[in-house]
Amino acid sequence: MSAVNEVRDSYDVAVVGAGPAGLTAATACAAAGLATVLFDEQPAPGGQIYRAITQTPVQRASILGNDYWYGARLVRDFQASRAQYVPGATVWSLSREREIGVSTGGAARLTQAKRVIIATGALERPFPIPGWTLPGVMTAGAGQILLKSGAMVPQGRTLLAGCGPLLWLLAWQYLNAGVKIDAILDTTARASRSAAWPHAPAFLFSPYFRKGLRLMLSVRRRTKVIAGVTGLRAEGNSRLQQVAYRTADGAEIRLPADTLLLHQGVVPNVNLAMSVGIEHRWDDDQLCWVPVVDGYGGTSVDGVAIAGDGAGIAGAWAAEERGKLAALAAIRALKPDTRQDILPDEANIRLALAKVERGRLFLDRYYQPAASFRIPRGDTIVCRCEEVTAQQIIDTVALGCTGPNQMKSFLRCGMGPCQGRLCGLTVTELMAQTRGVPPAEIGHYRLRPPVKPITLGELAALPKDEAAIKAVVRG
Amino acid sequence: MFQRLPDAGDLAVAITIDGKPVKARAGDTVAAALFAAGIDHCRTTPVSGTPRAPYCMMGVCFECLVTIDGVGNRQACLVPVQEGMSVETQRGKREIGR
Amino acid sequence: MAREFDIAVIGGGLVGAAIAWGLGKIGQRVAVLDEGDIAFRASRGNFALVWVQSKGLGMPEYAGWTVRSSEAWGGFADELKEQTGLDICHQRPGGFHLALSEAELANRESILKRLHNQPAMQRYEWEIMDRARVQRMLPQVGPEVVGGSYCPLDGHVNSPRLFRALHAGMQQLGVTYLPNHPVEQITYRDRQFVMHTPAGEVRSGKLVLAAGNGNARLGPMVGLNVPVRPQRGQIVVTEKAAPFLNYPVVTVRQTDEGGVMLGDSLEETGFDPTVGTGVISTIAERAVRMFPVLARLNVVRTWAALRVMTQDGFPIYDQSATCPGAFVATCHSGVTLAANHALVLAPLIAGGSLPPETFEVFSARRFDVPAAA
Repeated sequence: MSAVNEVRDSYDVAVVGAGPAGLTAATACAAAGLATVLFDEQPAPGGQIYRAITQTPVQRASILGNDYWYGARLVRDFQASRAQYVPGATVWSLSREREIGVSTGGAARLTQAKRVIIATGALERPFPIPGWTLPGVMTAGAGQILLKSGAMVPQGRTLLAGCGPLLWLLAWQYLNAGVKIDAILDTTARASRSAAWPHAPAFLFSPYFRKGLRLMLSVRRRTKVIAGVTGLRAEGNSRLQQVAYRTADGAEIRLPADTLLLHQGVVPNVNLAMSVGIEHRWDDDQLCWVPVVDGYGGTSVDGVAIAGDGAGIAGAWAAEERGKLAALAAIRALKPDTRQDILPDEANIRLALAKVERGRLFLDRYYQPAASFRIPRGDTIVCRCEEVTAQQIIDTVALGCTGPNQMKSFLRCGMGPCQGRLCGLTVTELMAQTRGVPPAEIGHYRLRPPVKPITLGELAALPKDEAAIKAVVRG
Repeated sequence: MFQRLPDAGDLAVAITIDGKPVKARAGDTVAAALFAAGIDHCRTTPVSGTPRAPYCMMGVCFECLVTIDGVGNRQACLVPVQEGMSVETQRGKREIGR
Repeated sequence: MAREFDIAVIGGGLVGAAIAWGLGKIGQRVAVLDEGDIAFRASRGNFALVWVQSKGLGMPEYAGWTVRSSEAWGGFADELKEQTGLDICHQRPGGFHLALSEAELANRESILKRLHNQPAMQRYEWEIMDRARVQRMLPQVGPEVVGGSYCPLDGHVNSPRLFRALHAGMQQLGVTYLPNHPVEQITYRDRQFVMHTPAGEVRSGKLVLAAGNGNARLGPMVGLNVPVRPQRGQIVVTEKAAPFLNYPVVTVRQTDEGGVMLGDSLEETGFDPTVGTGVISTIAERAVRMFPVLARLNVVRTWAALRVMTQDGFPIYDQSATCPGAFVATCHSGVTLAANHALVLAPLIAGGSLPPETFEVFSARRFDVPAAA
């Protein structure tokens, strides 16, 4: 394990995140001879999509599928490169001057990079239904991580609920592993399906089309899928006992359950990018904040690029190409005389990117979660850390709060350790709906370092200049 | 409630969870080991005291906070198990100095 | 669409909200004009102390004004709770300033002696404590703490909840809160103030400037000189912990919710509210030296906010000579002075003038005379 004292004072390029985008970015930068470091919070490379690819205990390759094992190649290329790899490392701050605060093994230090490539990927969209904080309820992504990294699968009565490709992929993997799924509660909204239809022709040419179709048919053959689900609730006394929902024809159903796995798509993990002040915009198709980036992932902050799903959801294959593009821009800026044959081939990359991004809008629209699953009301908890309900947030709008920051100071909503990751989007949309204005006008929490907790002891041990000491120590 | 697939490999790492000896697989995170051990919840919240269990398994939700080797509020999903590790579930607010 | 009120308050932070609440309570028709969600808002970045010790060196009247607010705070908190149901957790156990070296302690003692030796200084209890006595009251102090000063008048509150309670109270009292109404221009004609904002005009018979650093720009529009500048302060906050600290320390306090707040810095950086690693590291280091048990706590937030600072560090309360009915209130102790602002200042403003025997000293005219070297 790499200790914090192996982190150098400065690098040409620092990459944050070892998913497909981070891996290809770091590999390409190192190949061009740039002093490159890759910081990753996980103990092993792969990100979430290729989680535990080098050490998964899942023996039968057919369980996880070929698209998972494909990731091994990216890791091999990276490991063969001269990039420094620092696993188990949490990047908790990034300044406009590209000073990076990183912690590993219980110690923190600062390092400086000429270019930073943020490849922190995606996280699952909040799914704030009644009872979503009960033990027994978790995200589908969490279920998949347990499978990939620990060969662990749910036992007992298992329900999957929501919409989006990951939900179907997990169901397929579970069924391959012999897991009994009691039912899939499909919340895909009728309105979303119709809105997607005009984009279907483009999607026919997407590499995801045939794969997705085959996977869905395979799942439908092997387990019960209940479509048109609304009014989803997790119920139980101190742990999940049953799941309640309404069917398309209005019937109220209750199913006993031990495990409920929720999923309604993924959204960019924006905390680090927002904390450094990178400009973001509200995306009306993906219903989330997306950083404003150029064709190479370059952002409004000089020298800081974003690659992969963190720059807008496009999937693992696109992430791989976008990582190379961010690397290309870094190499051109720092080592303009690099030989063509060492540089990533931009034409090829753009071709590959166009292919995998084809029909993306169809997926975005088709799996756009219904408003009732994004914008809760009443006693449903929005902020899991501080246990703030939807109604409390609505009430602050009546008190004159126009956005999340005034609201946050009134309710502590978003002030807990997750720093708004599990409530931010819900808050923006909830306040937008309550005020009757677009989400873009509401805005997001103002985020500041540390974007992940570090201990006071770690913070205290960092270097300080005279000015800093003088600003604090006084009579 | 989770179980391991039959061919998931050796359980070679000995840890304790709330003092009880448990075997985990090298490469497990503490959160995975908690699930494998059949732990229902890993903490109660500092706000209302309601029980919580790991939710995202990827370091973003902070629901899996536990005390590891005497240090409170550590993210169980980010810490790999190690031989002899002591894991304790938490009740409410973290004790100062732990 | 012009809207008319008895009094308009510009600024919906702690100063403006406390005054507006006080005005609403005595039956005034009040509008509060505020900016939007993102603003330089000192009220969201304060340390939440209701603090007396060490205030007023160079202006004993300020010490008296502070003591008066501290005395009124208990009743003020009760009244807010009764009205809004929100407990803002005002506590007044006394507070500490800790020294990490003999030199710091000596410096502290000398400052406090000079403060209390001033003519016209109001008498109240304070003392320098040695390490043993400090340790009896704060058992968790570390070995580097050599002693400190203690004042029984000091206390703290839950300031975000105070902020919310004032806004909830304002609403119950019929105060009109107008967010997204940044004031671009103020005109005064026929004893009426007209505030021009992108969201329309607002008219009022009287006007209170409580716009923090914005007062410097707004004051001259109504014949008031308000020389204030932003001074950055940074704060570090930890996760919730079980209660361990029975008294607030001027740079370390545990909130009723369990989080530990650590302050603070004084930085002349203009309108730049970004957090700097060196400063928060220094804050963390001193806190850990004062209370080593803090070292393992996780930092979950930091923030930087801009104080509203005058040349001498004291507040400005003033009324306009050329535009009668225009007032300004500005300070960097919006929490400590909230009780005074609500219960003392608001009724005087409603009455139309600030009595010179109390307020002359706070007028910005004090800056007109060049200070002797």
